[in-house]
Formats: sequence, structure tokens, C-alpha cells
Amino acid sequence: MYVAVKGGEAAIANAHALLADRRRGDRSVPALRTEQIIEQLGLAVDRCMAEGSLYDRELAALAILQSRGDLIEAIFLVRAYRTTLPRFGYSRPIDTADMLIERRISATFKDLPGGQLLGPTFDYTHRLLDPSIAQGNDVAEPLTAEADHDRAPRVTDMLGHQGLMEPDLGFNHVPQDEVGDLTREPLQYPLDRDLRLQALARGDEGFLLALGYSTQRGYARSHPFVGEIRIGEVEVELDIPELGFPVSLGRVRVTECQMVNQFKGSSKVPPQFTRGYGLVFGQSERKAMSMSLCDRALRARELGEDITAPAQDEEFVISHLDNVQSTGFVEHLKLPHYVDFQAELDMIRTMHAKHAAENSVQEAAE
Amino acid sequence: MSATPSYNFAYLDEQTKRMIRRAILKAIAIPGYQVPFASREMPMPYGWGTGGVQVTAAIVGPTDVLKVIDQGADDTTNAVSIRAFFAKVANVKTTTHTGDATIIQTRHRIPEKQLQAGQTLVYQVPIPEPLRLLEPRETETRVMHALKEYGLMHVKLYEDIATHGRIATTYGYPVMVEDRYVMSPSPTPKFDNPKMHMSAALQLFGAGREMRIYAVPPFTKVVSLDFEDHPFEIQHFSEPCALCAATGVYLDEVILDDHGGHMFVCSDTDNCEDRRAAGHRGALSGEVLEAAE
Repeated sequence: MYVAVKGGEAAIANAHALLADRRRGDRSVPALRTEQIIEQLGLAVDRCMAEGSLYDRELAALAILQSRGDLIEAIFLVRAYRTTLPRFGYSRPIDTADMLIERRISATFKDLPGGQLLGPTFDYTHRLLDPSIAQGNDVAEPLTAEADHDRAPRVTDMLGHQGLMEPDLGFNHVPQDEVGDLTREPLQYPLDRDLRLQALARGDEGFLLALGYSTQRGYARSHPFVGEIRIGEVEVELDIPELGFPVSLGRVRVTECQMVNQFKGSSKVPPQFTRGYGLVFGQSERKAMSMSLCDRALRARELGEDITAPAQDEEFVISHLDNVQSTGFVEHLKLPHYVDFQAELDMIRTMHAKHAAENSVQEAAE
Repeated sequence: MSATPSYNFAYLDEQTKRMIRRAILKAIAIPGYQVPFASREMPMPYGWGTGGVQVTAAIVGPTDVLKVIDQGADDTTNAVSIRAFFAKVANVKTTTHTGDATIIQTRHRIPEKQLQAGQTLVYQVPIPEPLRLLEPRETETRVMHALKEYGLMHVKLYEDIATHGRIATTYGYPVMVEDRYVMSPSPTPKFDNPKMHMSAALQLFGAGREMRIYAVPPFTKVVSLDFEDHPFEIQHFSEPCALCAATGVYLDEVILDDHGGHMFVCSDTDNCEDRRAAGHRGALSGEVLEAAE
């Protein structure tokens, strides 16, 4: 007897039990602990925090473990948790000029106040697989030196002082209650730069990388230079109205990228350097650089440039950069669609019948 | 994070529910108009009913009775999952009987049984904008709605007729609400469109990923777009349900073998079960098939 597909509940429970089994894998291999992920897969944790937009290494590591290393799934887990958290307030803007710097490079100046610091980078490594890592060999302690407590001013600010760079009005110029929050308000196009940067900061690294790359290949070319990339820890402060002064909530590690872009001027603005800005939780130069390329491209309307390329198209870029939204909607095609498909089947059959009838009439006439 | 995270009744916090309820009230006040709302990440993926789930979470109360269907059926996996979610986070009573439910969350169908005053039908909507596939830009479509400029949609329907001799839209067939807003009925088959017209039930539509809520209040005019010489018509099935012999209901085609053998059964499983319980028998219901084996 035909039985309509029943027992979805048991099937789901069994599938999830199998998932848990596959996640754990061979029981004779020790289970991963979240500390191992935090310590040894730190950049995966960073990506999960950045795109999950929640700065919490333990939760990100748990999400990575729970998702079997599927980072978009991990990001989704973090987001779904983040959205349930109450908002106590909004922090003061972080001051990246006051960063405890671990890495800082500029491609536009050979030397500059504060110096160039390579820090923990893959750059200049030879990409040769290293079997000694698989053997768990001991790693030598790195050389360290006393931290330089001088402020390292931002390259873009130095250019700004000479009037060669568009002015950065800074957040102090915008009353704090006027900065949008895309997690609390529905996005409505066109966006201001605050909301656009928020969306870019939690956007998919791969998507922004591809779009940033497209601007280098001529789709909205903006002649970028890396003014500066800096990675390190900054203090997060919150104003407490009752106290009348800001209190520190702790430090977060961020990557900041300031692109310096040529700009030949427009009817609105004289020729000068313009900025593309990228800021990401944790250490991710690829994401911060891609973000700043996209930010600059998306400023086309503001700067009076022709909008001709995908990277300049705000609705296109912002509507499709969120990997939690994208993966949900792409993967929803797995859900049953047989009601709609039936409607299409019916339509195709009707059209076929009509087509066949017309052809047979035609053949008879010939 | 504590070891056992605790969640508010129906998952969402009260501020979020209030925000969603305001959007719902506005949507009811302007039938067919898409109200932006600050959609939240939900513990199920976007595209899997997060809009409907947020609407249901915002309106469900302890005394409600919830029914969840997907493709007309209570037992499809996503319907099972969403029903289990609310049973867990709101401890709400659930049912599969259309008549017993106060809230029915649905994906792609409207139940066959006529809905009553006091019932609320919550649709899960993937793409709320009926003009989206004709004009991808939100900034443009918003203006088109504001100006009631729906020529593009009529041209699309006309082009269908010119090419195929008929309107080729079979689901998600656009409707005009109270002579003002063109609205997407969500991807329900056009078979269900007439049920929306002057329905006694409140119809709420939630699109999570696209951050829109819209509504059709009870006893609202809902007219499927058409032309005088090509009037709107619904699908007709040539055979009745093979299990309960129902006619005039929406049927799913089930493939029985790889030689083209198939049968048609009710898409609305609850309606089909009710009819069989009342003694209706179709050509392939139990006894007949068993005998054939």
C-alpha cells in the first residue's frame, strides 16, 4: 500500500545522530578540544568571529568543532547565538592609532614613524609542505623585544595633514546615535557608508575577495595602494551615563587596512587621494584588503564616478555578500518543491499537447 | 555563556517581538504593502522559513494551537522541524487538523478546508517582491509600488500569452490587493489564489532574508491579475485523489515505477486523512493496492 512519506520526525532524529557520529569520527583518535582550536586554528576562529560578528574565541571554537570545520556553518551558529543577546549599549569608536601593534606595514612609504613590523605573516614563506608539523615537532620560541610605546600614527592621517588626502571627518563628526545598526534596523537602499562598512565587515571573505580582485582587473579600477595594514589589539570602551566617563571593556584584536586610491577629481571634488577602508575582527589581511577595495568602489556615487562595474553596485554587492543569507537560500532548494513543480509539470504537459496537436494539423495539411 | 542557555518564550526576546508586532500591525493597516522589519538570524537557515517563524513567534501565545505544513503536508521534514521548534521553545499545543488550529504556518499551500474567523495563516515567503524577477533593484520596485506603476507586470503576462498562448505563471501568481498593491502570494500554486479572496482568516506573510512582512486582513479583496480575453484560471486535475477520491483539490503526482506509472494524491494530507476517515476510498487506497500485489 502506498503510504505518504511519514515518520519525518524519526528520520530527522536518526540523521542528527549520524551527524554527531560523523562529527566525532574514529573514537580511537582523541577528541579535539576547543582550546586546541583556539590555539592552533586561530585564523579559522578569527574568520568565524569576524563574519559571525561576535568577538568570542571560545564560542567560535565551539562552533567550528560543532560544524565539523565547515566555517560558514560555524559562522551561522555564532550569528544565531549573537542575535539573542541583549544590547547594553554601543561602545565608543575604537582608536586604531592607539593599537598595541603586532604587525604593521605600509606599501607607500619605505619608513615611517612607528616603523614597519612584519609580525606573524605567511608572506615570504615558501609554500612547501612541512612534514615536521605533522610529527608535532617542537617549535622554537620566537624573538621578542620590548614594546615600543610611541604611538604609530596612521599613514592616511599623515597624508591628510599635507592636504593630499581627502579629509577623514572621523566618527566624532557623526553623533553616535546617528550611526546605524544593521542588526537592529532593516537595510534600506541607498545606504550611508556606516551601514555599508558594517555589512562589508561581516560579509563573506571569498565574495569580497572576488569583487576586490575584479576592481584590480579593470572593473571599476581605482589604482589602489596599501597605505597601511595594521594588526593588533585595541581597547574597547563604553560610556556609562551614570559615571560620566568611559570604562574599558577589554581588548579586541583587529586588522585594519587603509587603501590609498588615485582620484582624478570630478565635478564635485578636486584631484586627491581617496580612501578605502577595511576593518575586521582578528587577523585577516585578505578580508581587510578586499573590504577596503570594495568600500572604495562603492563610494562611486558619493564621489560622482560613473557606476559601470559590479563592485560599484551597492544593491548588488550588499544584497549578496552575507554568506549566512546566501547559503540559506541556495540550500533551501533542497526542501521539497513538489507542489510548485507539479504546477510546472501540468503547464509543460498542456503546452506539449498543444504543440503536438498543431504539428499534426500541419503535417496533415502538407 | 552558561552551560544551559535559556531562551525566552517562543525564542525571540520581547523587544524583538514588539518590533515584529508593530510591523505586522502596519502591514494589516496597509493590505499588500511590504513593511521592512529588522529580521533576526534564527536557529534555522534563511530560506527555510525564518520569516514565517518570526511572525509566528511574535503572535503565538500559550493558548494557541499551532499547525505547520510544507507543500500542504504536516509530515514533510521542514514542517516537522518547525513544529518541533515551537513545541520546544513555546511549549505550544500542536495539531495536524486544520479546523483545530488557531495559527497555521505554511509553505507553498493554503489548506483545502475553508479557514474560519479567528484563524491566522502565516506564510513563509522567499521573495516578497512580486516585481523582483522583472526588476532586481529594490530602489526601483519601491518607486513602482508607490506610483502603482504595474505596467511591467502586465507586459510580462501579455508576453506569456504572445509566446505560449496562455499565462505561463503557475505558482507565485501575482495578485492585486484591495485595488492598490500588487502582491506575491508566496510560491503557492495559483490553484490556491482564489482562497485568499475575502478569507475570514487573517493572512500574514513573513520574509526573513528579505526583511519584509505583509498582510491580507480578513475579508480583503484579492484578485489574480489577468486580461478580459484571457481570464485567470486555476489548474484542473483530470483524475481524483487515488487515496480519498477527492476532486477539486490540489494533487501531487507520485511516481510508482520507472515505466511512467504514477498516481495522484492529495497535497493536503490532513484533508485527505479526514476524507478517508469519513469512508471515502480512492482507486489505489489500501485494499486495492494490496490485492494487486
